[in-house]
Amino acid sequence: MSIMALTPPPIPRDGPLLRVDRLRQWFSSGGFMSPRLTVRAVEDVTFEIGRGEILGLVGESGSGKSTLGRAVLRVTDLTDGRVVFDGQDVSTLSKRQLRPLRARMQMIFQDPFASLNPRMTVGQIVGAPLRIQNPGISRSEVEARVGDALRTVGLADSHAERYPHEFSGGQRQRIGIARAFVLAPDFLVADEPVSALDVSIQAQVVNLLMEIKRKLDLTILFISHDLAVVGHVCDRVAVMYLGRIVEIADTRTLFRNPRHPYTEALFSAVPVADPSRRRQRILLKGDLPSPLAPPSGCAFRTRCRYAIPACAEAVPPLAHIGGGHQKACIRDDLALQPAC
Amino acid sequence: MGAPEIATAVLDVRNLSVAFATHTGPVAAVHDVSFTVAPGETLALVGESGSGKSVTSLAVMRLTPPAPRTRLDGQALFRSRDGTVRDLLAVPERAMRALRGNEIAMIFQEPMTSLNPVQRVGDQIAEAVMTHRPVGRREALDRAEHLLARVGISDARRRLAAFPHHLSGGMRQRVMIAMALACDPALLIADEPTTALDVTVQAQILELLQDLQRETGMAIVFITHNLGVVAEIADRVMVMYAGRIVEQGEVGPVMRAPLMPYTQGLLRAVPTLTVSDGFVPLTSIPGTVPSPTALPPGCAFEPRCPYALPGLCDATTPPLDDAFDGQQVRCLRWDAVAALEARP
Repeated sequence: MSIMALTPPPIPRDGPLLRVDRLRQWFSSGGFMSPRLTVRAVEDVTFEIGRGEILGLVGESGSGKSTLGRAVLRVTDLTDGRVVFDGQDVSTLSKRQLRPLRARMQMIFQDPFASLNPRMTVGQIVGAPLRIQNPGISRSEVEARVGDALRTVGLADSHAERYPHEFSGGQRQRIGIARAFVLAPDFLVADEPVSALDVSIQAQVVNLLMEIKRKLDLTILFISHDLAVVGHVCDRVAVMYLGRIVEIADTRTLFRNPRHPYTEALFSAVPVADPSRRRQRILLKGDLPSPLAPPSGCAFRTRCRYAIPACAEAVPPLAHIGGGHQKACIRDDLALQPAC
Repeated sequence: MGAPEIATAVLDVRNLSVAFATHTGPVAAVHDVSFTVAPGETLALVGESGSGKSVTSLAVMRLTPPAPRTRLDGQALFRSRDGTVRDLLAVPERAMRALRGNEIAMIFQEPMTSLNPVQRVGDQIAEAVMTHRPVGRREALDRAEHLLARVGISDARRRLAAFPHHLSGGMRQRVMIAMALACDPALLIADEPTTALDVTVQAQILELLQDLQRETGMAIVFITHNLGVVAEIADRVMVMYAGRIVEQGEVGPVMRAPLMPYTQGLLRAVPTLTVSDGFVPLTSIPGTVPSPTALPPGCAFEPRCPYALPGLCDATTPPLDDAFDGQQVRCLRWDAVAALEARP
């Protein structure tokens, strides 16, 4: 309650909170004594996230979902395209210009063991964003707000004195969440926030995240490979394959009526905790192709059971098919299996 | 003690306990665990981090730190191809080395850390063959090629020359499986073999393991925390909590009608592939797994259990009871719980 009282809520404005327009994020390696190689980690990605919305981002490792999450927070310098946050173009802002905006955009990481500095106390970790954003802040104010944040995530004030190694994985993830929320941001990128946790703890942390989301009216980009968690948490879902969004729709539509063969295959691969429902799954052939040398045309065609010769010719555009549902597949004649 | 009887099982673990020496005294990681695996059967060992599932398998393979740092009690009776039965916890290290990678194979979660990064995968598989079979390098490499093809790696001849970093995670796990199969093991212990993989690749690997099991009749002990994977692959399941078996039985009954409140909680906590109108809070198990150095008195799950009765569950450590049809449960109130669970 009290962490919210300290920062006035942002003035509600029209339009989406985040708009990403033809974003490209390329990485280069080599160059000296070796051929220059370019990984097109994110290629021509366009989407929006409405205020208070949770957009899920799913895909296999190497699909570019984490890179996209980092790019929208401007952790990286964009190769091309625009990121507009709350009406302001942040694509080309310098580090210094970005600093005030950082208070409004935060991130939660997957690995609660790697993302907390082992030499800092929990109080220092959670208090760091406050000190960076408000250099003149008093010690007692930091302590009070850290205490509030810790209580909000289900820890005690006294935990501020302790070090990360004294906590379990679930508790560490709570510390990471407290650090993300201590500045009462409006936008959060949660990159696989519960993937490293045990099932019984995962549910606690998801529920906590959703409770804070509701209180702060947060907008979230929820990156996950766990489609079941995404189905429970997200309003809309974008599916990425080899750097591009191949399908995006509201969660219900995507689960009940997927229109991209890759989405169908992803759903089909999820193991179901019910032995009477062992089913024939759609097994994808092989692995994700190398992003250094993506196949021509539709990147998914090499693993797609519906591929036709025309799929090799051009990259299919992410086309609107009604009701906010978009898909990048030239085949309109497919009857795909729903997730549920 | 005469030759032990283990009926048809490949592995018969009896009253296994594992304790590690620490600077504050011995810490028991596994208490009194007994189970069997038959040829062609897959036994899933399920539990959260710290439940003792990996330690159980490492103890069976004798890969825990040597005495006096680890104390192993009980027996792990293994039936060799020639029919002799030996206690893996009692055989000399030399005999154990002859069994590992030969009649008993193991695959791990992270194939990158299990493979040698500076040796070609063909040589690594060939080495596994040559260690246990009287064959030359050429013949061993032929066998490696055959194994790579069998685990679904295309262009196997060329892949023999690849280094692990040339391969994707799924391919590396296939190489690990090829290596494990090098000497036709009677028993494969797979410790979270698909946890680091994407769901699409996980589905491929599970299918591969099932195919190979059908072909070879090997027994599999499959360690996982993923109940979806258990439902896919297991014949029987053993649920561990705080170092003890808390429920075991056929996979169908255990997953459809679990008797132990912990198993019930775990199954409810797994989100299913569904959509709802708005967010419905996930069912969680309150609290955390107790530390092995500070186990609660009585039932280890009592502090988190919705059915716990004060004065009973916090006072007595429950035995592993036979419920029905071979299903076993460690709960003092399992019949009362079953009646409560059956109510709508």
